[in-house]
Amino acid sequence: MSNKNPNKMGVVNLLPLPELAPPGNTVGAVGWMKNNLFSSPLNSILTLLGLALLYILIPPVLNWTMFDAVWSGGSEACKANPDAACWTFAGEWWEFFIYGFYDKTQRWRVDLVLWALYVWVAFIIPENESRATRPTSTILGFVIAGLSVLFISMAIKHNIPTMWLLIGAMVVIGTVLWAWGLKNGRSRVGIIVLVLFPIIAYFLLGGGTLGLSVVNTNDWGGFLLTLVIAITGIVASLPLGVLLALGRRSEMPVLRMVSTLFIEFWRGVPLITVLFMASFMLPLFMSKGVTIDQLLRALIGVALFSSAYMAEVIRGGLQAIPKGQYEGAQSLGLSFWKMMGLIVMPQALKIVIPGIVSTFIGLFKDTTLVLIIGLLDFLNSVQTATTNPEWSIKSVPYTGYVLVALVFWVHCYGMAWYSRHLENKLDTGHKR
Amino acid sequence: MAEIPTSAPPKQSFSFSDKKTRGQIYQVITIAVIAWFIWSIIANTASNMEAQGIHFGFDFLKTESGFSIIQSLIPYDETSTYGRVFFIGLINTLLIAFIGCILATFLGFLVGIGRLSSNWVINKISTIYVELFRNVPLLLQIFFWYHAVLKPLPGPREIHSKGEALWFSVTNNGVLLPKPIAESGFGFVLAAFGIGIIAAILYARKAKTKQMATGQRSPVLWVTLGLLLALPAAVFLIMGSPMVLEPGEMGTFRPDKYKGLNIIPEFVALLLALVVYTAAFIAEIVRAGIQSVNHGQTEAANALGLRPGPTLKLVVIPQALRVIIPPLTSQYLNLTKNSSLATAIAYPDLVSVFAGTVLNQTGKAVEIIILTMLVYLTISLVTSIFMNWYNERVKLVER
Repeated sequence: MSNKNPNKMGVVNLLPLPELAPPGNTVGAVGWMKNNLFSSPLNSILTLLGLALLYILIPPVLNWTMFDAVWSGGSEACKANPDAACWTFAGEWWEFFIYGFYDKTQRWRVDLVLWALYVWVAFIIPENESRATRPTSTILGFVIAGLSVLFISMAIKHNIPTMWLLIGAMVVIGTVLWAWGLKNGRSRVGIIVLVLFPIIAYFLLGGGTLGLSVVNTNDWGGFLLTLVIAITGIVASLPLGVLLALGRRSEMPVLRMVSTLFIEFWRGVPLITVLFMASFMLPLFMSKGVTIDQLLRALIGVALFSSAYMAEVIRGGLQAIPKGQYEGAQSLGLSFWKMMGLIVMPQALKIVIPGIVSTFIGLFKDTTLVLIIGLLDFLNSVQTATTNPEWSIKSVPYTGYVLVALVFWVHCYGMAWYSRHLENKLDTGHKR
Repeated sequence: MAEIPTSAPPKQSFSFSDKKTRGQIYQVITIAVIAWFIWSIIANTASNMEAQGIHFGFDFLKTESGFSIIQSLIPYDETSTYGRVFFIGLINTLLIAFIGCILATFLGFLVGIGRLSSNWVINKISTIYVELFRNVPLLLQIFFWYHAVLKPLPGPREIHSKGEALWFSVTNNGVLLPKPIAESGFGFVLAAFGIGIIAAILYARKAKTKQMATGQRSPVLWVTLGLLLALPAAVFLIMGSPMVLEPGEMGTFRPDKYKGLNIIPEFVALLLALVVYTAAFIAEIVRAGIQSVNHGQTEAANALGLRPGPTLKLVVIPQALRVIIPPLTSQYLNLTKNSSLATAIAYPDLVSVFAGTVLNQTGKAVEIIILTMLVYLTISLVTSIFMNWYNERVKLVER
């Protein structure tokens, strides 16, 4: 192509001219703004309105929660500045918010359970170090490290021989599980933790064995109680939900009818009426001499309620599995439970992960309802503290609500975020 | 060809490896276990109630209640029966559920469309709204609106003087609006409205038949609006405006109870919380519904020469609604059930006055909780019947 015959083509430039830069208003910040903010008159108006809204809302919120807020001093400091958040209130009362009336000398047991919960959960999460999961692992690493430092510093303060023994045991169990999980896949460890953790937590929190003193459940409170209710609901609802979902799709008419009635009944009534029923009617159902404490009543109500919702989510997953999968499993000679456990359930549960997690999130938020039957959960403990006469300051109730909202938001958003992460990780390209 | 002798059917004998037999055994065991379970519960309950000297029965519904209720749409005073309290609670529940569903739908659609907007600011505001409000417990939001927003408002005495006419006022006593009072002749306006509804339905049917036969479309929306709004408005003017707005009046301590329309703060707080919370979920449903419509549909509509407006109205929205309506209905149901959280701020809904106050006064736990649960079960049942009917109607007709 290049000038082989310069005489003939002398005037024509065969080399392409350098490309012109794109018009200034289509690239860079200006172009972005033109495309995303001011693409039409209507959009321009909406943008301005939106910015105005942000301008009205954000600076006062930031000032109130952070820049003007009271971060140190006692209630006097807050009384002096009642128009901004009073974080010293949270600083003064945080032990009450976490433990409720749990025996002060035994609180290390709660610390141990919470620490094990968060660290174990964090360890199960990242499966392999791909580009997508690396930020997850980094964040979780920081969370584990931070919590551990906090925990060890609290443990040193208590310094009880039994405690160190139990901490050692928890670390050993955790390490064994982790190592086993590296070899056998973490989802199995997940199931083991799901069974093992509540049992360990029950013995640690309740006491009565291992030389631990008994702590009455009436004294459990605060965030501990919220977690106890939420985790009981989660742990009970998964197996019950699987059984109910299978029952509802069973070929046996009696099982089908019983499961359907059970599911539709609990899904048809509000959780409050369930809690009222658990609180007022459950004692009547028991034979003479059997008493059940208030917490156990609430736990039973929450477990039944959440398992009905879980059953419907899992049923959705079961319905999405094509018949060929069942037939394939049967032609291999697998029994019903093997077919379900090895072929159908793994696929069905994978499909409905978002549904399962949003059920968990709903359950976690709904634990606040137990304050209506008089349990001292996280929200109730904060609200109780705001009524303390020493802290009857204008900013205190707002601070309390913001604190509770923040804690719930972090947990719920974290769960939703993990569910999205899990969905991507388990996506094998067979999306239906 | 010789006939192949058919083998004799296998002998019917009992075998545990036969799937059918096993199934029957399982079912018999299930029935037995459940029957025993229910029987023991009933027996225990009966003996426990006898030991405590409680008698099962619904006679208490005829007893005088002796307490007052801060909001009742039907006449009520302390001498009314517990049965009437039940209906007041039910009406209050339905009232807040009805208004809440309408407002939550509006807000939810607005935010849902905002989440799909190409406008960066609107998109981000909508996303923040959804992520903020659906991840915070509803009960906390109710407390927030009630204790942190409405209660600290100034009291009526601080901003109004005695005898002042109140057209619109927001205080910690609630929201005060003028009360519409119908005068003689207003019945004609209502009648005109009724005729308008019937005429609109008939017109819509005729228009559909016409479109099916000739392909011509009629201005259904405008005619319907005309029949529903313009016709009653015209009658209203002809009859000489037979309705007056009565403002509230400030008394010594608070506005006069019998003048104006006072909306109690409990109602306002519960409504705000329910609407804001449910709208976050509805927004996600709307977003998912619109995104579920394949982009090829829009392109095909464009290729046919439809302008953006008709594309949205005739192609995208009808298909999106098929995906949106079922979860939307279950959100309505959730809102109705969540309205039972009213009991935390003492809005007199069914759970609050009936399963709360009446239960505490009479101690009839079993009867009251059964009745309350039955109400919610009925609402759920009616909704799911509607849902099945709707799903049947909009199901894709496949070849």
